[in-house]
Amino acid sequence: MMSFSFNGFRVGISFVMMCTVYKSAVNSLPELSPQRYFSTLQAGKASLAYFCQADSPSTSVFLEELNKAVKPLQDYGISVAKVNCVKEETSKYCGKEKDLLKAYLFRGNILLREFPTDTLFDENAIIAHVLFALLFNEVKYITTPEDLQNIENALKGKANIAFSYVRAIGTPEHRAVMEAAFVYGNTYQFVLTTEIALLESIGMEDIKYAHLYFFHCKEVLDLTQQCRRTLMGQPLTTVDIYRFIKSMEAPLLTEVAEDPQQVTTVHLQLGLPLVFIVSQQATYEADRRTAEWIAWRLLGKAGVLLLLRDSLEVDIPQQANVAFKREEGMPVEFLVLHDADLVISYVENNTHIEETREDEADDMEGPDMEMQDDEVAESVYRDRKRQLPLELTVELTGETFNATVMASDSIVLFYAGWQAVSMAFLHSYVDLAVKLKGTPTMLLTRINCADWPDVCTKQNVTEFPVVKMYKEGENPVSYSGMLGTEDLLKFIQLNRISCPVNITSIQEAEEYLSGELYKDLISYSAVSVLGLFSPAMTTAQEDFTEAGKYLKGYVTTGIYSEEDVLILSNKYTATLPALLLARHKERQVESIPLANTHAQDIVQIITNALLETFPEITVENLPTYIRLQKPLLILFSDGIINPQYQKALLTLAKEKHLDSVIPCWLNLKNTPVGRGILQVYFEILPPLPVLVVVNLHSGGQVFAFPSDQAITEQNLLLWLKKLEAGLESHITILSAQEWKPPLPAYDFLRMMDAAASQHPTRKGPEGMKETDIQENDIQPEDKSAARNERIEL
Amino acid sequence: MGLWVAPGLLLAMALTLHLAEASAPPHRDYCVLGAGPAGLQMAYFLQRAGRDYQVFERASRPGSFFTRYPRHRKLISINKRHTGRTNSEFNLRHDWNSLLSHDPRLLFRHYSRAYFPDAGDMVRYLGDFASRLRLRVRYNTAIAHVTLDKDRRAWNGHYFILTDQKGQGYRCSVLLVATGLSVPNLVDFPGAEYAEGYESVSVDPEDFVGQNVLILGRGNSAFETAENILGVTNFVHMLSRSRVRLSWATHYVGDLRAINNGLLDTYQLKSLDGLLESDLTDLAVVKDPKGKFHITLKFYVEEGNQSAEAVPLPQDDSDNFAMRVAYDRIIRCLGWNFDFSIFNKSLRLSSGGEFSKKYPLVRPSYESKGSRGLFVLGTASHSVDYRKSAGGFIHGFRYTVRAVHRLLEHRHHGAAWPSTELPIAQLTSSVLRRVNEASGLYQMFGVLADVVLVKENGTAFEYLEEFPMQMLAQLETVTGRQARHGLFVINMEYGRNFSGPGKDVFFYDRSVGYTEDAWQSNFLHPVIYYYRQLPTEQEVRFRPADWPLPRPAAIHHIVEDFLTDWTAPVSHILPLRRFLENCLGTDLRGFYAESCFLFALTRQKLPPFCQQGYLRMQGLVGTGSLRQHRVASGLLQGYAAAGKRSEDSGQRPGFQEPADQPQAPGPLDQPLTGNKEEL
Repeated sequence: MMSFSFNGFRVGISFVMMCTVYKSAVNSLPELSPQRYFSTLQAGKASLAYFCQADSPSTSVFLEELNKAVKPLQDYGISVAKVNCVKEETSKYCGKEKDLLKAYLFRGNILLREFPTDTLFDENAIIAHVLFALLFNEVKYITTPEDLQNIENALKGKANIAFSYVRAIGTPEHRAVMEAAFVYGNTYQFVLTTEIALLESIGMEDIKYAHLYFFHCKEVLDLTQQCRRTLMGQPLTTVDIYRFIKSMEAPLLTEVAEDPQQVTTVHLQLGLPLVFIVSQQATYEADRRTAEWIAWRLLGKAGVLLLLRDSLEVDIPQQANVAFKREEGMPVEFLVLHDADLVISYVENNTHIEETREDEADDMEGPDMEMQDDEVAESVYRDRKRQLPLELTVELTGETFNATVMASDSIVLFYAGWQAVSMAFLHSYVDLAVKLKGTPTMLLTRINCADWPDVCTKQNVTEFPVVKMYKEGENPVSYSGMLGTEDLLKFIQLNRISCPVNITSIQEAEEYLSGELYKDLISYSAVSVLGLFSPAMTTAQEDFTEAGKYLKGYVTTGIYSEEDVLILSNKYTATLPALLLARHKERQVESIPLANTHAQDIVQIITNALLETFPEITVENLPTYIRLQKPLLILFSDGIINPQYQKALLTLAKEKHLDSVIPCWLNLKNTPVGRGILQVYFEILPPLPVLVVVNLHSGGQVFAFPSDQAITEQNLLLWLKKLEAGLESHITILSAQEWKPPLPAYDFLRMMDAAASQHPTRKGPEGMKETDIQENDIQPEDKSAARNERIEL
Repeated sequence: MGLWVAPGLLLAMALTLHLAEASAPPHRDYCVLGAGPAGLQMAYFLQRAGRDYQVFERASRPGSFFTRYPRHRKLISINKRHTGRTNSEFNLRHDWNSLLSHDPRLLFRHYSRAYFPDAGDMVRYLGDFASRLRLRVRYNTAIAHVTLDKDRRAWNGHYFILTDQKGQGYRCSVLLVATGLSVPNLVDFPGAEYAEGYESVSVDPEDFVGQNVLILGRGNSAFETAENILGVTNFVHMLSRSRVRLSWATHYVGDLRAINNGLLDTYQLKSLDGLLESDLTDLAVVKDPKGKFHITLKFYVEEGNQSAEAVPLPQDDSDNFAMRVAYDRIIRCLGWNFDFSIFNKSLRLSSGGEFSKKYPLVRPSYESKGSRGLFVLGTASHSVDYRKSAGGFIHGFRYTVRAVHRLLEHRHHGAAWPSTELPIAQLTSSVLRRVNEASGLYQMFGVLADVVLVKENGTAFEYLEEFPMQMLAQLETVTGRQARHGLFVINMEYGRNFSGPGKDVFFYDRSVGYTEDAWQSNFLHPVIYYYRQLPTEQEVRFRPADWPLPRPAAIHHIVEDFLTDWTAPVSHILPLRRFLENCLGTDLRGFYAESCFLFALTRQKLPPFCQQGYLRMQGLVGTGSLRQHRVASGLLQGYAAAGKRSEDSGQRPGFQEPADQPQAPGPLDQPLTGNKEEL
């Protein structure tokens, strides 16, 4: 049904192909009477005439478009005219009514075709239709995969095929194909379709756009073999089709033995790069095979040459196995690419630029929004294939949860399998299980809330991840420390003892304070706290006990309230009620009075007491110091701190000279991210150690202690005084920028508006119906169909 | 107060006197009419909240409708016992028969193994539901009359006075009507009396052997009836005003379900049985002396005289008239209507107008438009989403009943709509969790939506589940929650042009895979609306056609998914995060503690994730292997190796800044350039 059936018009038009370009002096549309027009017709020449009533308006959209088509059609030797039907001259081509006017295509004085004007809706459609009519022999229109197969089979060993799919007749892409067929129609068999199914049958899924394939059938001698196909990667424009076909004509692989800088082929003229595969005699056969493979892959994208190193007179780098010449006049790049695929991707990435720019203008929204920029999500995703030793933790379910946490003291990790932060923490959790393997402390369990939401809801878990500790006879305790192996380990270990521990004798108290009592816990709690109360101080004891419970898992606390408590209070010069703080590292015991102090304040006192005078700042402990809202005085050290500096700073601190800042130091060996910090402060990493004051909370200024001064008490004191007096200038100010969205989101609202304001192009059954109409109606001689052809362009 | 009053006496007083307080009938805060699924569901919530309530049921047991209907005993609500998932909330998406409760034994899968269960199992289930949960149901009590008693002290300015068949009165502050649709729908035409009703027609196929049968109606009951007799009749014709609507094409479960469509097969394959479209009110049925029925037009019957032989038939004029054959039986399967008869006019409980005459008119809050304090629940409340969502069916109204209960808890007991308040860094996860498991959103798409209320400064949010979205404008007054700083509404939607009778839902290219095309998704998928402030009532009422909500400031579609599993990191989570970030103007990425440490010492501001985690000593430490992946991904520099300032910083993809957004901080390197400007 769709095959061409105007055999009656089958006249040779090969002259059209040969005729030299006919130039007319005037490009505007000549207006003639019918008689005059027919007298101008020359045998063998094609002419398009629009017949209209003399009194019809002199301008219309159609006439404007026809006017635009005059020049291009003349370039193909086709004249165009507007014929005014005057009363005196009757012509059968003059319609009786105004709306029946048509355009007619003649060769000589033979009518080839008539076109309703709505078929020729614009310049592209006019040119496409006229060429389509003239080239019906050169361009085979097909509708089924079988048609294509038949043509392919018929041409094997004879000629190559240019097969193209356009969405509809009369589109700009159709015009481009027809123009190419005008030039190459003798050399190649042009095949055209508008059938999506046909395109899909050869494995193309992207049916939104027009496509052109080159079928290499000429060299196929075995009829059972398929013709190789090369897809044109660029959009279908006349120039690009021309370039593409030209590149198909060029030899697949050329061998050269001259300076690649001097080599030039048709590819460079076509704007395509050259790729040289460097070959040596010893590996010639293999290199040639590789080069051929690459050449097929890069066909239409680049020219591929085999460069014979051994017969080369110029030197090329020893290591290089590929040379790349981007364009004429550009120096040749020598590359080492160990994989043929790398060559392909290198070329594609380096020639891509021009195309993507065109794309970007059209529909690219700038940066790639699908690029993962969340480091947690990305690292978890990258690790997804690794099998975690999850069997070291007990997986709980809705059925086992209650029984398990009631039967044994358990840690439960509540997580969600799809949430990256949860999964990152699960890694740490499993590491912890590995560390604790074989030590009977607590049962490490986990429950995936994506599978058992009701359990999690019942346990009051509304976000992920959450860690809770379940102990017999106690309310479950939520873990609120760092989500990492070390801190959770500390929490679990310190929870082995009750908090506060009830100390019952002086001797036990001394052992407790010296660290002997809980030797294995010292590494988790550098400070042991002991509350001293006389037996009568029940309220104070309750407050302290409450505070101890609150701090459970974070610090060791004990309570002593025996009759002989005075022995201890006297020894440590404490007034009851009091706190004793034993710092195990410094082997010091300090006392703090506790009169009328509420639990909350006791927590505060203990928390403050845990702070060190001159701590090494780490990722884990920075938050506790930042809370103090003071500028940080940081000594950056590459490795362990110089004891002299330490002493200087400690002395200053002791003398209360450093009360307005938090003195601390950072070991780049333990905290490598410190380098990143120094880069921000100094741009170029300064010689270490370096001392800075960072005013985090007010202004963000960073001051650097002069590098030419020695870090001594005196110099430091002087510098700090000058700082306070505002006499020092900062080296940088920390950015105060807000954290804005890293990338824009899809603007679906805009897309929906755009779709609503245009004709309905959205996907849906209706859209489909329109496509159906279009497909059924593209038959060229169907006069009523043209109206539909523009739908969905 | 006289609590013991003889019924007869009370009736007498009610007739003669205005009810004085001294003789006031027993009072309940909440009265529920009907112990069907909706009534029991409401009773459950009232009981759990410790409210004073009473359910009134005409029959001696719950769910009496199901003792008789569906006539052929097969429920068409699916009972999917296996989903491969253990998530109980998710599994409710494919359990259309269970009511909501805390008791896992009260799941329908324990009552039937059948995918389409027997109605008897539903009766048994509802019985257990009422008894196990000890719901307060008064059986054998048919409320015959409901009136209003104005009283300024009453919660709603009036009490509802219920009178049962014995004349016993009850006084209620709130009336919850869950009586379903109980009156068979009749169409009036000459000869209508010859039609047998679905409610009484024989269900024994033997009674139809060798007969010509005409069925009026085109709903599931009509097809169910046809299915039963298809094999033994000569043929079955079905007649109704509108074309057949297949539920898989309309995405409305009330339309014809595939399980009942055997007749379509024989009609389309062999022209054996058939469907016809005509307005029933134009028809007339005449009976010939042999007892056979002939179809003619009302117009003819009215014109001529009434004797059967003389009535002109359409085939007299047009000899190929489709229904020229005589029928042995005519069966009416035209559905049911709400029983308005027991409600006094003063309650102003009227039908829902042209499109839903069968339902009483209610607001989107399910409260009657006529009487404050009267709520319609269950099947009778379907006018809200008739032909749209699942509010007329158990799997839908179990959620709308819960929504009504939440509204009541706030209105009368000062309990704000339940919500969870979380830090903003948890927002993406909270939305994801719900769209992946929530059943209420999934069943009641387009009706119930989750609402996220952003708190001041955008650092936290409140999450409200399953709010009736048409009430959005009144959200603050009906929930007791504040929406002053912007809000998100999470709804589930089909593609705008996807559903409808006769639409080809299998067209090629029907599924969307690219995230940038997500707005064109056709299958049920999550859609998130962002508003800077609560829309007004006007905006909700005059929203654009086809929009379930007023035009938002921004909208996001999570691309449809074949497995309805929206947890893919790049296709689902990432675009959602970008949308939320851009609405809130913040950065919602997660960061490891090390990155937060860097930011804490090199920037004055921290991203929410670091503020709400790391700075509170809850940073995410990570492990060595994860750190290596981070380095490999380019999202983190290997600091240990970085001895000098990296010149290629711009090439690390993750933190690269778009050129047109210079204000966006680039966490790692942006400060370098930022400093230069400020120095």
